[in-house]
Amino acid sequence: MRIGKDLTAAAATPLVLGILAEGDSYGYAIIQRVGELSGGELDFSDGMLYPLLHRLERLGHVEASWGTSPEGRRRKIYRLTGPGTAALAEHRAQWAVVGRALQRAWGPGRTPLALGEA
Amino acid sequence: MDAETETRIVQWRGYLARRGALSTDDVVELEEHLREHVHKLEAAGLAPDEAFLIGVNRIGRIDDLAREYAREHSERLWKQLVAEDARPGQRGGGLQALMLACLAAVAVKAPALVGVGVDGPGMDFLVRNAAVLVLPFLAAFFLIRRRARVGTVIAVASGFAAIAALLNLYPFVPWGSTALVAAMHGGVALWLVTGLAYANGDARSSSARMDFIRFTGEWFVYVVLLGLGGGVLAALTVGVFAAVGLDPTTFVVEWMLPCGAAGAAVIAAWLVEAKQSVIENIAPVLTRVFTPMFTLLLVAFIVAAALQGSLIEDGRELLIVFDLVLLVVAGLLLYSISARTPSAPPSWFEWVQFVMIVAALAVDILVLAAMVGRIGEFGASANRLASLGVNLVLVANLVGAGWLQLRFIAGRAGFGQLERWQTGFVPVYLGWSAFVIVAFPPLFSFA
Repeated sequence: MRIGKDLTAAAATPLVLGILAEGDSYGYAIIQRVGELSGGELDFSDGMLYPLLHRLERLGHVEASWGTSPEGRRRKIYRLTGPGTAALAEHRAQWAVVGRALQRAWGPGRTPLALGEA
Repeated sequence: MDAETETRIVQWRGYLARRGALSTDDVVELEEHLREHVHKLEAAGLAPDEAFLIGVNRIGRIDDLAREYAREHSERLWKQLVAEDARPGQRGGGLQALMLACLAAVAVKAPALVGVGVDGPGMDFLVRNAAVLVLPFLAAFFLIRRRARVGTVIAVASGFAAIAALLNLYPFVPWGSTALVAAMHGGVALWLVTGLAYANGDARSSSARMDFIRFTGEWFVYVVLLGLGGGVLAALTVGVFAAVGLDPTTFVVEWMLPCGAAGAAVIAAWLVEAKQSVIENIAPVLTRVFTPMFTLLLVAFIVAAALQGSLIEDGRELLIVFDLVLLVVAGLLLYSISARTPSAPPSWFEWVQFVMIVAALAVDILVLAAMVGRIGEFGASANRLASLGVNLVLVANLVGAGWLQLRFIAGRAGFGQLERWQTGFVPVYLGWSAFVIVAFPPLFSFA
């Protein structure tokens, strides 16, 4: 199953915020984690992650600092901020509403949805 | 990692670095990503060239990548013009600009053809309509350049038509203060309508508004430069012809200066568009030089006023002077925000700005208190109320800006919030100007 472009874009922000809530991380590790969490179904191009991270940084939801990778190269580490945690809670509340609405619309006994946890 | 893959990575990094939308740090970040991915793939048993290809593919096409970065970092686009390939027809346009500049010059002199001279009531008409005569050509320049949609063209045209109608259908007393107040606010409103053309109708977008703010600052710098040159040209014209016993003053005053000024407004816009990268380094330097100086001026004024014991000796022009002070402070703030790298952390400069805002507000509150008393005593004239209104609008802006500045310095707000506060204020300026043009003349019986 391929998830459409719009849905991927909509899910990207809450997903990245959620991953950073687990702990500080950097670009490549975030992409890996997205793959793990979605069982490889959610596919956003690696390059697009960075403009998203920069936007979150500008909005004050994450802050970035430079660290070093084990190989000694410079690596940008992202950390969730207070406003970022609040934004994540807001996203979760919204997705929960969407998830419940979809479940009710499609009725019980059909394809179960777990959007509420996204 | 083998030498060939290394070469390929360096080559790929070179392609990325050439895109203006990506900063050096962005390229480092992406390169680190690519290396780690290639490393993982090789460890999983892929051949180096396969690993490289898959890694590069996953990151995406460089064009798409640059576009995505450009959308997030529009201030870089402004500097680097990377969107050249994305926005065809943006380069050049010099001929268009020249033609529109000539038309603007003709428009300024057109009233003379139908008998509106520069003396007496004719001058009153020209002063009132200066913006109405010149700015349509600036707006047209952008509408043509951006290949604007019909809806945008109609919106811009109706803005101009409405203000032109008000300025000319109201029965103003010649040289009355309501006429001047309306003309000045009309200029501001028309400039913002021109901004709608600049943004190609995208007035809601915060980054489009920021681009227009940036444009306004750069345009102003160019107009001042052109004006200086024009002044020298005019003075030399008078001097040279005087040497052979001719007096070209009438030609200079009635033709050269008005036509030159009208043309310069359009040419400056074209220069900003075509030569952005020439001037963009001047903007941050100017704000860095003048922000500390204005801060010193304001602090010195507070000290002087405290030593003198009284602030308001002769307060007739005071409010207008302090409107100008606030305008300069707001301008310096706006201009440095528009020139700043959004992701840079707060530095000493943000502190200086904060002190400047606080000092300006402190001074202004003293002046405001005095002026409100004065209006109570002598009654409200159009001039006094209009300057009071401008003052309140700017104070509101600076209070919000100061508060966000403090939060930004303390690390409790992102720079984006400062930007959005300023861009969100643009409709307030438009609203107040429109209100003054529509309501003030009848309220003060067009005097």
